[in-house]
Amino acid sequence: MTPTSSPRPLRIDRTRAIDAEAWIMRFFLTLGALWLLVGVVLPLIPMVGRSFRDNSGAWVGLANYWQYLTTPSLVQSFINSLTVALTTTLLACGLGFIYAYALTRTAMPGKQVFRTLGLLSLYIPPLAVAIGLIFLFGNQGLMTTGLFGSLPGWNINLYGFNGIVIGEFLYCFPQAVIILMTALNLTDARLYEAAEVLGASTVKTFFTVTLPSVKYGLVSAIFVCFILAFTDFGVPKVVGGNFNVLATDIYKQVIGQQNFAMGATISVFLLLPSVLAFGIDRIVQRRQTALVSAKSVPLQPKPNPALDRAMFAFCALVAGFAIAVFATIILASLVRVWPYDLSLSLKNYDFGGVGGGGYRAYWNSIRMSLYTAIFGTVIVFIGAYLVEKGRGLAWLRSAKYVLSTIPLALPGLVLGLSYVFFFNNPIWRIPFTGMAIYNPFKGLYGTMALLVIVNIIHFYTVCFLTATTALKQIDPEFEAVSASMAVPFYKTFWRVTVPLSLPAILEIGIYFFVNAMVTISAIIFLYPANLPLAAVAIVNMDDAGDISAAAAMSTLIVATSLGVRLLYSWLTRGMRARSEAWLSR
Amino acid sequence: MAKVKAMVSDLVRIVAQAFSARRRQRFFSMAAASFAVVLLVAACAVSQEDLPQADSGAASSTSSSDSSITVYTALEDDQIGGYLESFKAQNPDINVNIVRDSTGIITAKLLAEADNPQADVVWGTAASSLLVAEEKGLLEPYAPAGLDAVNPKFRDDANPPQWVGIDVWMSAFCVNTVESEKLGLPIPKGWADLTNPVYKGHIVMSNPASSGTGFLSVSTILQNSASEEAGWAYLDKLHENIAQYMHSGSRPCKAAGAGEFPIGISFGYRAVSQKNDGEPIEPVFPIEGSGWDVEANALIKKAEIKDAAKTFLDWAISPVVSKKYAENFAITAVKTDVPAPAGFPTDPVAQLADNDLRWAAANRERILAEWTKRYDAKSEPKS
Repeated sequence: MTPTSSPRPLRIDRTRAIDAEAWIMRFFLTLGALWLLVGVVLPLIPMVGRSFRDNSGAWVGLANYWQYLTTPSLVQSFINSLTVALTTTLLACGLGFIYAYALTRTAMPGKQVFRTLGLLSLYIPPLAVAIGLIFLFGNQGLMTTGLFGSLPGWNINLYGFNGIVIGEFLYCFPQAVIILMTALNLTDARLYEAAEVLGASTVKTFFTVTLPSVKYGLVSAIFVCFILAFTDFGVPKVVGGNFNVLATDIYKQVIGQQNFAMGATISVFLLLPSVLAFGIDRIVQRRQTALVSAKSVPLQPKPNPALDRAMFAFCALVAGFAIAVFATIILASLVRVWPYDLSLSLKNYDFGGVGGGGYRAYWNSIRMSLYTAIFGTVIVFIGAYLVEKGRGLAWLRSAKYVLSTIPLALPGLVLGLSYVFFFNNPIWRIPFTGMAIYNPFKGLYGTMALLVIVNIIHFYTVCFLTATTALKQIDPEFEAVSASMAVPFYKTFWRVTVPLSLPAILEIGIYFFVNAMVTISAIIFLYPANLPLAAVAIVNMDDAGDISAAAAMSTLIVATSLGVRLLYSWLTRGMRARSEAWLSR
Repeated sequence: MAKVKAMVSDLVRIVAQAFSARRRQRFFSMAAASFAVVLLVAACAVSQEDLPQADSGAASSTSSSDSSITVYTALEDDQIGGYLESFKAQNPDINVNIVRDSTGIITAKLLAEADNPQADVVWGTAASSLLVAEEKGLLEPYAPAGLDAVNPKFRDDANPPQWVGIDVWMSAFCVNTVESEKLGLPIPKGWADLTNPVYKGHIVMSNPASSGTGFLSVSTILQNSASEEAGWAYLDKLHENIAQYMHSGSRPCKAAGAGEFPIGISFGYRAVSQKNDGEPIEPVFPIEGSGWDVEANALIKKAEIKDAAKTFLDWAISPVVSKKYAENFAITAVKTDVPAPAGFPTDPVAQLADNDLRWAAANRERILAEWTKRYDAKSEPKS
């Protein structure tokens, strides 16, 4: 062989390799798009279609919209929903930012504990939060009566606006903390060194370095909190009193009156502000740049006694509130008749005399949550990676981004019903044509698989945003270098991207697990008779008046989520130490 | 000749360019993708002849001896196990899968699954909800064995009936005696008493727009007043005293039991069972009469109706299980010798106010629109 002929075959090999790689990427991108199409878009079509029909299925055009718009209560409900959502967002993101800042940027003691406790209210089933709030702040609550008259009472007028905001705050705060922690975690210490050398004050550094660097996460957190508070119906249903919001309007139509047409119409109204928030989010995100470049130096928080102490007090206060709610639930699970016979007993943990499936439901829930966590994390992270770091098919990647954020705006109730309409229909009619096809997914209905799918979709957006936040902060230089060295993207993904994003990945797994443990609104329509679930059992026990048993099951769920989290961080300690080693060189 | 040669070579070059490696690849991938989509759709397509048949699959009902049935029920969760004992003893080879939820959810689920019903049987679910399902054509008329023993007031008039009742539940007030004493409130005796201004802010009731129990109370008041206007006038006054309209039938009673609000307008079973659990609750059955509804069973219309489903419906009105119902409910559709449970009126049937379930179903939308306009539209502004 002559020396000149040797480079030729090599070059051909490389183009082929790159081509094959591009095809693999396209294949996965298409697969991801198909998944979102089947999981999000297609089920929404029959749902939205119902808003143009009356209850017997006849086409009525925009009549439902007109009817709803001319209902006098709409404007009030809409304003109420907006006020609640804005107040909650302000509180949850404001306090959530300080909390996340304390966890990532200060040398405050007990960070590991606060990290777990900050997410505590996420582990509590929504109904149990309501029970806890009523027992704390209701007319007979511990706070209202001042521990039954032994202290001065404090009546916060729970039922109505106040109750909803407190409940939504408990629900949104952990979500804000997760996203903001991911954003604050990754930064470049050199910026702070530069600021210090240039003599910038701490305050100035905060506004010129810290805040701009987490802008992306902050906007995502605001976006998430606003939409969650806007669409949630669990809290207003129980502590809302006569304070109407759009989400309870849907509940009245769908569950109270079985009026799916009107329920679908209100759902479309619920989607509007979410779309708006999404638009704003997109505009802001356009200017996001990577924060962790290949040359980055990780930031080591320096001790600052005054700040650390203040932050410790703040975190203790916020975490203390969630603990107080949880403690009240534990107490409720132990007393005989609240508040008249406060003698304690463990009989409520037997679940023998009450319905709902008892421990069988509990194990089913654990199984479902585990599947959701495993499959959800893999799907979300790969999905976010392809959108964020993928090459080619730009339009498909943008479309996937949009689709990934839609699930957040869908109330669970709407998602659950859409799934029933879509997956349980043996024959799909293609709108505006006379054609129909057999439903290839019909076999999924009434299986564990569909429960897992609906959970993954239901909680998709927050996980997706967490993953994107983490990925956006990794310098594209890593990929560029890998590519120029002819390392295939999947190797870079496995060797660089995944290890760098491991904290976010672990966070996503836990998020899926705890949410699947407590969620009700979507799965209540989908769970089959042979698969009782713990969160549904809580609703049923509460329905039957067994509040103590409901509290007991809630306590078990919280304990499980806490336990899983501790076990998880213990098992992955080694892995994290290795992946974070670069942070503390 | 040379010209032709040049043209041919040009043509060849153009074609070759068009099919250059990259384009060829793109072309083939597009073709492959479209082919796959076409294949998928074709494989799933329903032929036009099959379409009407697929639509009315329910009509050609066949019997099957599959021995596993799915039962949707809104009966109280803690009672179900006790009732089912005798069924399991009689039919050890039939496997019963129970889906239990509140009436609203069960009904919504039934309607949402209309395209491909999952349930075989509905058991113990409000007749007013089954009327909605009947209107949508989801029920299959069936006359269970022993139908003669069922009180004709508590079943569908048609023969064979669309639904057959098993028990009756009626509205009642849950009055918390401890809190009433603290606040110096007299125990109300009937609906008229509740408009007394002393109760202002102390009464909670179910929201009729979200709860069947709430609707029951409202529709009974309207039917039993001198005129409908008089009924609305009464509700106007009652509204002055209501602290909250709650989104569940049992929640007002639970709130009363926990002392959150001294009086909850709920239903009898709830009041009596909470009292028995040791809560300071006095069940009050209004002297003017209680609103009521029937908890009924029905067969679901589907392509394959199982024999086991019919066996279940026969059993569900048999004397054995009716005696069990009677331990919890004062009135059962099949009369038993079990005395009314403690806490209920001695003559429970006399307690029932006039209530025409069909009238209530037919006028439901109108009543709720009016109710919402009068009371719910004044949605409490931010406090």
